[in-house]
Amino acid sequence: MNIVNILEEIEKVDGEVYERLNPRRAAMKSFYGFGSKVALAALPMALGSMFKKAYGQTSSGVIGVLNFALTLEYLEYNFYQTAINTPGLIPAGTPAAGAINTIRDHELAHVNLLKSAITTSGGTPVAYTAASFDFTGKNNFPAVFSDYPTFLAVAQVFEDTGVRAYKGQAGALMSSPGILQTALQIHSVEARHASHIRQMRKAPAGGGVTALKPWITGANDSGVAAAAASYAGEDNVTQLDINIPGLGFSVNASTEAFDEPLTMPQVLSIASLFIK
Amino acid sequence: MKSLQEQETELLQKESGILTAKLQRRSFLQYAGAGVAGVALIAAGCKKDKSTPGLDSGVDLGTGDIGILNYAYALEQLEGAFYDAVVKSPYASISPAELSLLTDIRDHELAHREFFKKALGTSAIVGLEVNFSSINFADRTSVLATAKAFEDLGVSAYNGAGKLLKTAKYLEVAGKIVSVEARHAALIRDLISNGTFADATTVDGNGLDVARTPIQVLTIAKTYIKTAVNASNLPTS
Repeated sequence: MNIVNILEEIEKVDGEVYERLNPRRAAMKSFYGFGSKVALAALPMALGSMFKKAYGQTSSGVIGVLNFALTLEYLEYNFYQTAINTPGLIPAGTPAAGAINTIRDHELAHVNLLKSAITTSGGTPVAYTAASFDFTGKNNFPAVFSDYPTFLAVAQVFEDTGVRAYKGQAGALMSSPGILQTALQIHSVEARHASHIRQMRKAPAGGGVTALKPWITGANDSGVAAAAASYAGEDNVTQLDINIPGLGFSVNASTEAFDEPLTMPQVLSIASLFIK
Repeated sequence: MKSLQEQETELLQKESGILTAKLQRRSFLQYAGAGVAGVALIAAGCKKDKSTPGLDSGVDLGTGDIGILNYAYALEQLEGAFYDAVVKSPYASISPAELSLLTDIRDHELAHREFFKKALGTSAIVGLEVNFSSINFADRTSVLATAKAFEDLGVSAYNGAGKLLKTAKYLEVAGKIVSVEARHAALIRDLISNGTFADATTVDGNGLDVARTPIQVLTIAKTYIKTAVNASNLPTS
């Protein structure tokens, strides 16, 4: 961490940062000159109070994106936690149980991280519990917690949708480089989950969907017709106006090599199926 | 890394309007609520470091967004060449399922490589020469360990480079690629040891994957790249 660097960065987008931090300017002048003598341990605290006073809150747009992400993380966390709490659903003592625990732990960590980021930025985090959700997706998946392959199919759709949701918000976070990077660091974890869940579905116990790959081929390759909206546009083969098959690749490889984003309204429409 | 003193001198010159004023220690302390003083500010030691040992001469990746895209192109060249070699001469007793997965990954990496080459047009760097002398392509363990290293490195590279891009459409396309790299990374990890797709070696306690700066990534990658690469003009923020 580098306070001087941070301030320089802020100054690029907000030329009056020093005035905001202290209208008398003197404090900031002091900060530069005095920096080498400030106790390192006191720095984060000092920074937090400075920025809070200076800005009050992060832009409402960024907080909106964070709450959007938090909603999805609550959905995922409660989904896995409910599954883990359902006796006999996930084969006990198998690698599958370990994998689902790992994924649940990550989703919970994301919930806590986003909650804290929103609060620190001066926003109010949304709040959901397991009771907030209907994981049957308005009865599209009535066996979600009684049939293991169905549970994994819904898990795959959640993970693939989560990847697309974060991807779709990257542009909206460009004004907050730190938050953008954090979002990207969550985004790739969701993609790792998606890859593994897809492998789990290939196994006989997971449903034996042998044609499935760790990557998304074409549009809806989930085998779940009700999930079509989660895969809409994944069959795109044009990137920055460049036709990928035109470079000598198969259409399948061209769609697999690039995951596609979903907009916030698209994702909220999908999520609304699962939120009571 | 420059000494703190050098950095401060640099800052003083750059930000003279702010810095020429006399130090007012008391007002700062009151403001920030920091009552402790006297310990060196270690954090300031990481001021943008322009010195990039081993990465400051050779093929120039360039500046700005073009530089970052060339950086991605360089990494995709490395991955593409690796999987090309793996698929052309697979390790002993490779299963059809593994060969099929690795062939898919090869195709994805080559598609990424050719996409960047086309997108960069005349700004694209030349084809890089690789050095795979440390890899035993006949040995599954060696190949998969290298694949894991490359995929995890690629994910961390895109995660760290996103905020360096100034053009939204480039950020979007980088986002489209990084999740595919993460899918690869998870698969390769599971091939090595099932269940390690997102273990604590790559996901921290906050549930975050690794992010690396271009210099950190290229310092690791250059073991495998024979062509000297100059990354010193890449943006750092």
